[in-house]
Amino acid sequence: MTGAMNPFRSLAAILMLAVAGALLLPWQMELQRLSKEARFRTTPIDLSLREQVGQSGFLAALSGFRSPLAAFLWIEAHTAWEKTEWGRMTRLFNTVTTLQPHSLLYWDIAAWHMAWNASASALQDTKQQSEVLRERARRQYIDLGRDFLERGIRNNPGSYLLQERLGILLRDKVEDHSGAADAFAKAASFPDSPAYLKRFAAYEAAKVPGREREAYDRLLVLHNEGGRMRAPNLLTILRKLEEQLKIPAAQRIKEPSPAASPSSPAHPSPSPHPQS
Amino acid sequence: MTAAPARIIAIGRNTFTELVRQKVFYFLLLFALIVIGNSAFLAKFSFQEEFQMLKDVALGAMSVFLSLLAILATAMLLPRDLEDRTIFTILSKPVPRHEYLLGKLLGVVILLALSTIVMGALFLGVLFLREQAALMETQRSLSGSPQELATALDAVRKGAFSWDLIPAMAILLVKAILLSSLTLLISTFATSGIFAILVATSAYFIGHLQVTAREYWMSGVGIHWWTRIFTALVALIFPDLQAFNLTDDIVAGTVLPMSLFWQTMALGGVYTAVYFAVACFLFQNREL
Repeated sequence: MTGAMNPFRSLAAILMLAVAGALLLPWQMELQRLSKEARFRTTPIDLSLREQVGQSGFLAALSGFRSPLAAFLWIEAHTAWEKTEWGRMTRLFNTVTTLQPHSLLYWDIAAWHMAWNASASALQDTKQQSEVLRERARRQYIDLGRDFLERGIRNNPGSYLLQERLGILLRDKVEDHSGAADAFAKAASFPDSPAYLKRFAAYEAAKVPGREREAYDRLLVLHNEGGRMRAPNLLTILRKLEEQLKIPAAQRIKEPSPAASPSSPAHPSPSPHPQS
Repeated sequence: MTAAPARIIAIGRNTFTELVRQKVFYFLLLFALIVIGNSAFLAKFSFQEEFQMLKDVALGAMSVFLSLLAILATAMLLPRDLEDRTIFTILSKPVPRHEYLLGKLLGVVILLALSTIVMGALFLGVLFLREQAALMETQRSLSGSPQELATALDAVRKGAFSWDLIPAMAILLVKAILLSSLTLLISTFATSGIFAILVATSAYFIGHLQVTAREYWMSGVGIHWWTRIFTALVALIFPDLQAFNLTDDIVAGTVLPMSLFWQTMALGGVYTAVYFAVACFLFQNREL
């Protein structure tokens, strides 16, 4: 191209752009505020991310390709899982969840891999002779899983799913029934949560010395709701609590004891994903 | 004498035909390969992971292709017309320069819109097929109560298609149109097609940093006057391209409020109009 530009025209063009930009500034800021309010554009793209993903990854994240980058790293983490490289998996999971902090799936599966798969693998690690150290490694992986869930909850306070997963982890992996009861109760408080979470919260509370009364009150409320809430396990635990709390006969529930109640409540598989 | 809209449409149609003749649609094959290949590869993951990654990769690829197409197709328009001398034939007729530019932009917009529709249809088609496969698999493997089955099937459906994917693709298109208008502005003073591509690509990256520059400039605490002027120029002259990066969060399941969607679309429209107006201003008295 051969055309020459008049310098005054160029200056005028820059001035036009600057004036338009200045007029658009309040709108841009309002849009940014609206986006943050709706939980968009809240992921910090800073130096800590630069350290985690490298220069080209950082450039991709900066250019609006956070989610494809997270997907590729997730695939890499899956490959690491197939090779049981738990340390590499942890690093990759940390990066993926930093890139996509609002994806429940990434937090959920990262926690599951750590607390279930990595912890079980650590316990069976034949390279480690000391049982004490194997047990310590197992607990560390469970803690890592718990940490993923807790960070996921902080990033997604409006979702019941990670609270439910935390309850399952505390119940099945840590045997912290009080913590599990609280987590299930919190999960159950979300309007879109499944009904069984209320039962789970009460079942766990029933296992904690000193919280029997609370568990009884919760179970009684659920029992009075009738229908599907009167699960065999609920009736069994309620009767046990009636005995423990010495509830007067007149106030006790009238249903006959279930013929065969399951030893544990009906709930989804302890590992929340069907892969393992 | 023909009316202005007819002239603009004629130039737009001609521009579109020229672009199609350059076989730019071949990139759609590459996109199909990425989406279908990716989907086949992801079959070893759980269906939730598969859906999430399919959406991540397909929307990411759409964003890359649309941005590249917008910059490359627009940057070559004016240089090619000058080289072929077609521009002299057109402008020697009673065609105002702004109509010529608008026609050129219209041609690229048609190309971008068509590409978005084709890529979107392909992506949603693959997503639908994978969803059907996951539904059938769930039905086969689950032997619980009808209510349990219904819950499981509902979970599969929720993980696959979401209506927010449509606005997400519309935002990608608006961002590409904005880039096209910005590249057209650059090509009105560029000395070659390559120069226009380089400057537009730099503007793309700077546009993604605009919000950082703006925040730095507006915070104004302890920064030198020259840094303040530099960040102010970046904030005022370049578009805030981060405003159009909503797909990352949409894929993650964040619900897009309609007010935010329409405001983002409107901002894209205003940016496009501003850059086009300045392009016309620069092109008006340019010696050809």
